Amino acid sequence: MFPNLNNLPVYDTTGVNERVKRFCSRSIKKSSKVEGLKLAMSMIDLTTLEGKDTKGKVEQLCYKAMHPHDVLKDIPKVAAVCVYPSYVGVAKKALKGSNIQVASVATAFPSGQSNLEVKLNDTKFAVDQGADEIDMVISRGAFLAGDYQFVFDEIASIKEACGKAHLKVILETGELDTLDNVRKASEIAMYAGADFIKTSTGKIQPAATMQVTYVMLDAIKDFYLKTGKMIGMKPAGGISNSKLALQYLVMLNEVLGEKWMNKNYFRFGASSLLNDVLMQLVKAETGLYQSPNYFSKD
Amino acid sequence: MFKSSWTYHEAPESTDHIQIKEQYELYINGAFTKPVEGKYFDTINPSNNQKIASIAEASKKDVDKAVKAAKKAFKGWAALSGKERGKYIFRIARLIQERAREFAVIESLDGGKPIRESRDIDIPLAANHFFYYAGWADKLAYAFPNRKVKPVGVAGQIIPWNFPLLMAAWKLAPALATGNTVVLKPAETTPLTALKLAEIIHDSGLPKGVVNIVTGAGATGAEIVNHPEVDKIAFTGSTGVGKYIQNAIAGTHKKVTLELGGKGANIIFEDAAIDQAVEGIINAIFFNQGHVCCAGSRLFVQESVANVVIQKLKDRMETLIVGDPLDKNTDIGAINSKKQLQTIENYIKIGLNEGGEIYQPNCNLPKKGNWCAPTLFLNVSQSHRIVQEEIFGPVLAIQTFRTIDEVIEKANNTPYGLSAGVWTQTGSKIFHLTQKLNAGVIWANTFNKFDATSPFGGYKESGFGREGGLHGLSSYVTFD
Amino acid sequence: MSRLDIHKTYKLYIGGKFPRTESGRYYAVKNKQGSLIANMCLASRKDFRNAVVIARKAQTSWGNASALNKGQILYRIAEMLESRKEQFIAELITQGEEAAKAKNEVDLAIDRLVYYAGWSDKYQQIFSAVNPVASSHFNFSNLEPVGVVAIVAPEEQSLLGLISMIAPAIVGGNSIIVLASESKPLTAISFAEVLNSSDVPAGVVNILTGKRAELTSQMASHMDVNTIVYCGKDAAVIKNINELASNNLKRTIFYKKNDWTSEESQSPYFIEKMQEVKTTWHPTEI
Repeated sequence: MFPNLNNLPVYDTTGVNERVKRFCSRSIKKSSKVEGLKLAMSMIDLTTLEGKDTKGKVEQLCYKAMHPHDVLKDIPKVAAVCVYPSYVGVAKKALKGSNIQVASVATAFPSGQSNLEVKLNDTKFAVDQGADEIDMVISRGAFLAGDYQFVFDEIASIKEACGKAHLKVILETGELDTLDNVRKASEIAMYAGADFIKTSTGKIQPAATMQVTYVMLDAIKDFYLKTGKMIGMKPAGGISNSKLALQYLVMLNEVLGEKWMNKNYFRFGASSLLNDVLMQLVKAETGLYQSPNYFSKD
Repeated sequence: MFKSSWTYHEAPESTDHIQIKEQYELYINGAFTKPVEGKYFDTINPSNNQKIASIAEASKKDVDKAVKAAKKAFKGWAALSGKERGKYIFRIARLIQERAREFAVIESLDGGKPIRESRDIDIPLAANHFFYYAGWADKLAYAFPNRKVKPVGVAGQIIPWNFPLLMAAWKLAPALATGNTVVLKPAETTPLTALKLAEIIHDSGLPKGVVNIVTGAGATGAEIVNHPEVDKIAFTGSTGVGKYIQNAIAGTHKKVTLELGGKGANIIFEDAAIDQAVEGIINAIFFNQGHVCCAGSRLFVQESVANVVIQKLKDRMETLIVGDPLDKNTDIGAINSKKQLQTIENYIKIGLNEGGEIYQPNCNLPKKGNWCAPTLFLNVSQSHRIVQEEIFGPVLAIQTFRTIDEVIEKANNTPYGLSAGVWTQTGSKIFHLTQKLNAGVIWANTFNKFDATSPFGGYKESGFGREGGLHGLSSYVTFD
Repeated sequence: MSRLDIHKTYKLYIGGKFPRTESGRYYAVKNKQGSLIANMCLASRKDFRNAVVIARKAQTSWGNASALNKGQILYRIAEMLESRKEQFIAELITQGEEAAKAKNEVDLAIDRLVYYAGWSDKYQQIFSAVNPVASSHFNFSNLEPVGVVAIVAPEEQSLLGLISMIAPAIVGGNSIIVLASESKPLTAISFAEVLNSSDVPAGVVNILTGKRAELTSQMASHMDVNTIVYCGKDAAVIKNINELASNNLKRTIFYKKNDWTSEESQSPYFIEKMQEVKTTWHPTEI
């Protein structure tokens, strides 16, 4: 069902900035910090999306996903490994038996500038290779040109092509210009069948910000109140340290609360975040401030 | 519905570096002076009702000494070039910045406000006020075209307990910049930061007698108001006392500015950015436990969005953390005094008796100390007492409206006229409302914002005169 | 046989009409020789209260009138006064003024109206400010009329003093109730005729004649008056005004001068004193 875009809530940027500042002023210490860090870790989509990716690189990443820091007991695994479609097979094999999901970007990622047939094939290929989750991009050009029906139809088609795989819809908020547009795109994506909405490809600056994430969380909340359906949220790109991740969790905690505070409904699209979280967890356990030298890269 | 089990561990601001003496004296003529009658009163931490320190109580004789000292210092201070006066004020600004965290902690200890606010709002703004007016000291000729400016003389300044240091800064900075000398009285429940400010003033090398700080309750204030050699009264506080002051100084030569009570209307239209408006409501009424003269304590919501707004407001209130003022995560601190808590609780009773529908979120209030949960009253009307009278606490009265004319009429239907808020995305509606609302400060799509450059003050019974900005200078000058 | 003059009946000016006082009372104004000049209405407290109600009503639309419009109306008042100059000179002389001084006073009165007509669309620019706040907000302060102003006009220079009070009050968008000079009230009521033919909306200016002693305290204590202006030096009266004004925190303005002919008798600061500063904030980020 195509959503009514005429009466959408609007956003005032100064006000959103102030609200975000309030989240950031929360001081997360001691037990709540450890709890938060572990939660954040379990929500990570450990990502490599490089032109220079190889089988070897992806395998190393998968090993890291399964063995983040074996010295530390009682830590969770990451939620998923996110790769290009060509490495879904590699990842699937490497992660076998680990319960870690394989996510794949698709639909002519990152620009989305291709026709629907190519995008559908891209998606089907990834799903055939064993992807559990598909991260698609919306057609920002069509969106900015006002062709919302086109954007909606495309998402709906991809959703169909996903089959059992979960669909994350990347809005690429860095190209959407305003918070009001972010809300509008969220609305289209949710009504078109997204399981998750996601901020960014990581290829465009700004990537995820707390401001756009806040607007998307607000959209998810309203959607839930209207339809009873819970949509997941994935900020991606630029969340590289624990403090920032905790601030996102504070925001999630205070906007959507308990039911969303797990990897089924919230993910971080990140690569370097994992090691920073690990460093903080080791510090919490040992009391010693850590050096990156003690944490494996991949 | 959106509540969570992930709670935040206590994160108390460190108090190790804070030094509070057991006893504080008066600051008169550049020296810390024992009160003539030797009386002291306790200043209490409202979050646990424990004594923090003994504070000197200034009697008539002490006030007289302070006024005499100010009078004596006036000639030299007024004659000093604006440039030099300004440099002293710049020094004070810098010294506050250097000791900002200390001041923030003491402000929260003594007054009960959350450290987040004293750290991020009260203390930085206080320093900014000194910076702003320091720069005016040698530029006064540009502020009053075609007139020759003179200082008034000795200014008696009476400070409220809700923003103890900030209100002292609002009053001291322009008075000093324009060449006046000062006798300042902090509120009896929150004297500590003003006495700490006396230390800073002392360290700045300001000539003795230019600023004198006398502590005490209403009686001490009355001595200042009625002292014949005081030339100017600046008061922030209740409308009742404001009326007393205007009456008391009738027939004297004294100039007066009054910043008094309010019952600010906060108006949410259906085309507002609802989510930010809800945040605006929270800021408008729960900022500083609602101990804010410009609080948006009357909420008007357009009927078509009333359900959405109120639901979102309730959800948001669930996330507010009430508790230890020194905890960095605290959103709402302690009520400033037992007496004020009684006033607020009494109004809540009145609201219930009048048939208002009350809502308070589930929050664990500490056992000791003075606490009040954030409170909404739904289904009230203009004729309810809790809609008409200033409560000065975290209690919001909510009414709905249908048309623009209706809400303007109701918003203006009060003896007060300090602040108002408007929330809509329609530009012309904003300007229509901001022009029609009778209030000295109007926030459109925002609320409770303050700045050294921005004049603040009320219409009607909210007082007269402005503090802050270019317009704040006029209160402290006369003309040939 | 010479023609017998027709004497004018002087009445009050309230709401654009010329009613007699509701009290039916009068007081006699005499010249130095002791002969009657006119019987003036002795306005009552009720006349004042009625005028306040009317002034309050009129203020809303007058306050909203454009600066251009207000300026043109003030200029129109000057034009009308100029065209009836001789009448006013004669009236001043009747009230005891010397001829040269009377002429000078009328000239200055006309010029004062022109002076304030010119300020109409300028004072706002002098006293407003865009405040460079540190946060992401656009913030400005501008003046708004204080509302209803009660004025006890100067006793001497009965025309010039009166106009020196009326012009800055109304050019700033206020509506007013003025008590004319008690001993020299004729020109005030004749000036009401000028106002009434100058497109000044009814109720914006209301002029009463009567006793200061009777009306001043009523003006100071009325809860729907925002500002009181008192021209005079009586310390006891000034004290009393301030005491009564504290009932509703009325703004009080006192002018102790006698001479309204000097340059200092006019300035935009006279307008500013009867204004409130309103500060408006709005976010700027998108």
